[in-house]
Amino acid sequence: MEELSIFVKALTIFVLALFVGFEVIRKVPPLLHTPLMSGANAISGITLVGTLVTAGQQLTLFTTILGVVAVAMATANVVGGFLVTHRMLGMFRGRKA
Amino acid sequence: MSQAFIDLFYLLAAALFILGLRDMSHPRRAVRGNLFGSAGMLVAIVVTLLDHRIVSFEIIIVGLVSGALIGAIMAYRVPMTGIPQVVAVFNGFGGGASALAVGAALEEALKGGFVEEISVQFTISSVAAGLIGGVALTGSAIAFGKLQGLIPERPILLPGRHVINVVLALICLGLSVWLILDPTSSVPFWLLVPAAAVLGIFLVLPIGGADMPVVIALLNSYSGLAAAGHGWVLNNSVLIIAGSLVGTAGFILTVLMCRAMNRSLTNVIFAGVGAEVATTAETEDIYAGRVKSASPDDVALLMDGSRRVVIVPGYGMAAAQAQYVVGDLVALLEDRGVEVEFAIHPVAGRMPGHMNVLLAEADVPYEKLKEMDEVNSTFQQTDVALVIGANDVVNPMAREADPSLPIAGMPIINVDEAQSVIVVKRSLSPGFAGIPNPLFVADNTLMLFGDGRDMIQALVAALKEF
Repeated sequence: MEELSIFVKALTIFVLALFVGFEVIRKVPPLLHTPLMSGANAISGITLVGTLVTAGQQLTLFTTILGVVAVAMATANVVGGFLVTHRMLGMFRGRKA
Repeated sequence: MSQAFIDLFYLLAAALFILGLRDMSHPRRAVRGNLFGSAGMLVAIVVTLLDHRIVSFEIIIVGLVSGALIGAIMAYRVPMTGIPQVVAVFNGFGGGASALAVGAALEEALKGGFVEEISVQFTISSVAAGLIGGVALTGSAIAFGKLQGLIPERPILLPGRHVINVVLALICLGLSVWLILDPTSSVPFWLLVPAAAVLGIFLVLPIGGADMPVVIALLNSYSGLAAAGHGWVLNNSVLIIAGSLVGTAGFILTVLMCRAMNRSLTNVIFAGVGAEVATTAETEDIYAGRVKSASPDDVALLMDGSRRVVIVPGYGMAAAQAQYVVGDLVALLEDRGVEVEFAIHPVAGRMPGHMNVLLAEADVPYEKLKEMDEVNSTFQQTDVALVIGANDVVNPMAREADPSLPIAGMPIINVDEAQSVIVVKRSLSPGFAGIPNPLFVADNTLMLFGDGRDMIQALVAALKEF
């Protein structure tokens, strides 16, 4: 029962976030779909948070190696994703006043 | 620090992600939005590093520094034409990281270091993250290869590919069930990840280059779901929320792309569209003697006397690196009082919205970049429609009901309603859909044969002489 209730709590958060995501992302104009995609992609690098704990525990050599590779990949995803999005968005300029 | 305190900061991070995505709704606020997102990520990372379970930081720093260097170098060196490839690579990294990290968490759990008891939630979300992460990793790699030209862009249709996919999917399913029913060994997980990786390769190989916008959006959605699965494994709310947000973003874009082509997602992924191309001889037959070609001087004369010009860019503009000279052309025409706008088809380019980024880089103000629906009603008041490197998205045959055509029912840009249509193109070769385009022989169409950049440059030079 305990286990099920943890599962349902996680499911609640997941489903509510789906609704929020839908409402927020629906409003992004096609003009910005590429930066949206690369920005969202950078956010999916949040998996980094999970990899940090795994890599830092150093339980066995195997998990440490897995952890460090995962940390490097996720960091590249996060840093690269946000930087490239920033570069792109900086190029969008309105009509000259 | 207590878990409740950490969770509060995770809540802050999640809120920043949502605010950041919300600000993407307008180009003026979007830069700030991206900074919100980055700030949220920073908060989440710093708080996580305070976790008491972390015993050593050296190894983490090695991972963080090397990853940050790789990411930053790629982000700064990529030309804007190569954005789709880079997003595909980053996406693959994210999916791969989820799969590996979940595997490591499983190993630790089996050693008793992570959770006291391996629950059903733990195993189900482990297989989900492993499966989705594996597919996202190799699928993105193949997408990168196709976009970068390392692998043929045309769909690679292996005999019996559907059977291979079904067998691979069944293997993945079997391994998943094994792990869920018997969570005492990590063997099924380490068989599952490579099986999913092979599946990712076979799923993307038969998809053509021009369908990559859909594939990238879909894989993006997958890597979000993999992150959410990872969050489920760790019982971490910020991972679940962020993963879920990215999952919806990718999914919405996938649906929009499919709708813009009037094709189902199943058709995009499994039909191998673009594998058959009409031969040059066939198309020459259709066009024989009916094509009118023009010189840059003719076109300059026509444009000089226009009031309104609409430019329709396609992937060919990016391939020819013509966006900068197109920017020059716009400035020149505007100086002469010509109204210039761009008509951007939702699937133009190799990524949703790719054309907008290229034109923004060429200093075209974003107000001029119009969506297809906005601009389609204005072609009757348009003197010249200039098509650069686009083909299928302006093919009037899409309006015909013949469902055998790959582009049947696809919404197109109505350039044929303009007074004159100029098509800049190297040859009469068909577009991705592999069918001829009657627009090229329409009465009001002039062909400007040549490389996109050279031709627009010649056009700019000719205009300057008037």
